[in-house]
Amino acid sequence: MTAPVLSVSDLVVSAGPKFDIVRGVSFDIAPGEILGLVGESGCGKSMTSLAAMGLLPSGIRVSGGSIQLNGTDIIRLAPHQRVQRGCGRMAMVFQEPMTSLNPVLRIGEQIQEAVRVHDRAASPPARARELLDMVRIPDATHQLRAYPHELSGGMRQRVMIAIALACRPAVLIADEPTTALDVTVQRQVLGLIRELCDSLDMGVLFITHDLGVVAQLADRVAVMYAGGLVETGDVVPLFAAPRHPYTAGLMACLPDPNSDDPMLATIPGSAPRPNEIKQGCPFAPRCSRVDDICRRGAVPITFNDSGQAARCHFPLTCEAPE
Amino acid sequence: MSELVLDIRNLRKVYRVKRGGQNREIRAVDDISLAVRPGETLGIVGESGCGKSSLARAIMGLTRADEGEVLLNGTNLLTLDRHALARARLHIRMVFQDPYASLDPRRSVGDSVAEAGDIHGIFKDRAERAQRVGEALDRVGLGARFADRFPHELSGGQRQRVGIARAILPEPKLVIADEPVSALDVSIQAQVLNLLGELKARLGLTLMFISHDLSVVAKISDRVAVLYMGRVVEIAPARPLFRDPRHPYTALLIQAIPRPDPSTRITGAIDPDEPPSRFARLEGCPFNDRCPRRTALCATDAPALREIEPQRFVSCHHA
Repeated sequence: MTAPVLSVSDLVVSAGPKFDIVRGVSFDIAPGEILGLVGESGCGKSMTSLAAMGLLPSGIRVSGGSIQLNGTDIIRLAPHQRVQRGCGRMAMVFQEPMTSLNPVLRIGEQIQEAVRVHDRAASPPARARELLDMVRIPDATHQLRAYPHELSGGMRQRVMIAIALACRPAVLIADEPTTALDVTVQRQVLGLIRELCDSLDMGVLFITHDLGVVAQLADRVAVMYAGGLVETGDVVPLFAAPRHPYTAGLMACLPDPNSDDPMLATIPGSAPRPNEIKQGCPFAPRCSRVDDICRRGAVPITFNDSGQAARCHFPLTCEAPE
Repeated sequence: MSELVLDIRNLRKVYRVKRGGQNREIRAVDDISLAVRPGETLGIVGESGCGKSSLARAIMGLTRADEGEVLLNGTNLLTLDRHALARARLHIRMVFQDPYASLDPRRSVGDSVAEAGDIHGIFKDRAERAQRVGEALDRVGLGARFADRFPHELSGGQRQRVGIARAILPEPKLVIADEPVSALDVSIQAQVLNLLGELKARLGLTLMFISHDLSVVAKISDRVAVLYMGRVVEIAPARPLFRDPRHPYTALLIQAIPRPDPSTRITGAIDPDEPPSRFARLEGCPFNDRCPRRTALCATDAPALREIEPQRFVSCHHA
């Protein structure tokens, strides 16, 4: 197995004393691999990615664990130190391309700016054209002169990806990059991310709330709930047989238009806020398989034969407690 | 044929805007005719800019339609004066997308739910008001005790239940829900969809359910209308539409839904293929430039919506 390009272990992000919003998250991403980090709003998936980028908002800090980029712990390194150490770069794409782009600058200038900052050796205009070709924007010469408002949402997101690629990143973090797009356009942008990941041998951390998107795109999946990972595994076995009751619950909630049952499965209640998490498993109050042991102490991680990890006393492949 | 709750005839809404110094037109709603039967859920699906929200706004009279008729139990809403329209709105109620933006943060839940009733004086006294508010909150699974709470105390799912309670309190003839679950997490989305299904069964609620998410629409609707560039391209009962789409655009939309099934994985780049600008003046079929089945005829003649088999209407020359 190739060495991971990004390795996060036991990451803890806190917004204050006894207020952990990410609680001991660990995962690895290999070059050319897409890890889908999936969870509902407020579960800590965006905070995990912002911690990796060194972009946490003020008042929120990493209080434990490590984030290694090509083997170098980058948590305490300033961006320019990362470059000096030669540990490679990371870039990020956000959900809303219109708020990430400067509305009064032409697309070409915005891409060239990124090239000038990150890639001194390249000729900015030539590299900008090359980047637009990489993200498959047709008629690049003409589009470089366009302003953001003249582009569709899908095209703007391609421009954002081009800007992210300007620094030749080893890892691309994409936080809900297609959530604001229509489904037909979403599929095209997902295809682009897959292609770039493969052709540039880049690690991709793809954050989304949409299990469908994860199934379509990711090689491996990490499911997050209330600040911690509850299940990780390869995409095919995980979707075939989820082990954590939360993962299974999420899958059951998705409307299946071919099913005859008029009612959808639901998960009762709602996710706890970070300050409401008590001892034991944070999913226990909503779980159908809960037992006394779930409400006490730490929950162990168990693995099955295909390496699928679940943090649960009673994963779905074993019998539920009485 | 049973009486229709809502009968939309040849509705048109054109926005005129200046662009590049020129007057341009966007045909947001381009000759749409639709009917909603009592007790049915009609799903309206389409991508952004297809006209689904403009359609809802034109029905509600929130924007003035340019042509056409909107008949609510036989009364044309578009010709009513302001006061009559306000009264008519007691019979068509809306549920909005963002439950954070659609509730007044300074008003208690009970006051928000009672607001329309207060304005139109439908309560005899305070006791009746409290009773009706409690009843509406019970129906959406919150309970009367929520009447004294404020929006900031509620989760997104609870807020959306308040939005639904507010819509059903006056016992409307029709509820128009515009993307009511799009802002919610999937586990909460399922709860709200089940609630709408229950209300439909218990109260005989008639619902127009607008969404960009075809799998959600197909689940909750009896019939579905697919919109593209301001026009209806296909109407059919939900299940057959999903299993066997007849319009190429419907097929494209269904194929693009991200399914939680890794066997249909995306393997590589797909070239950009997006709807044309809404300013484009189109000859022929609006889907013609993206359509795999297009012929010379499609470039010149706009296909009319026609019934290709009972209950199935498609506007395509080749369906």
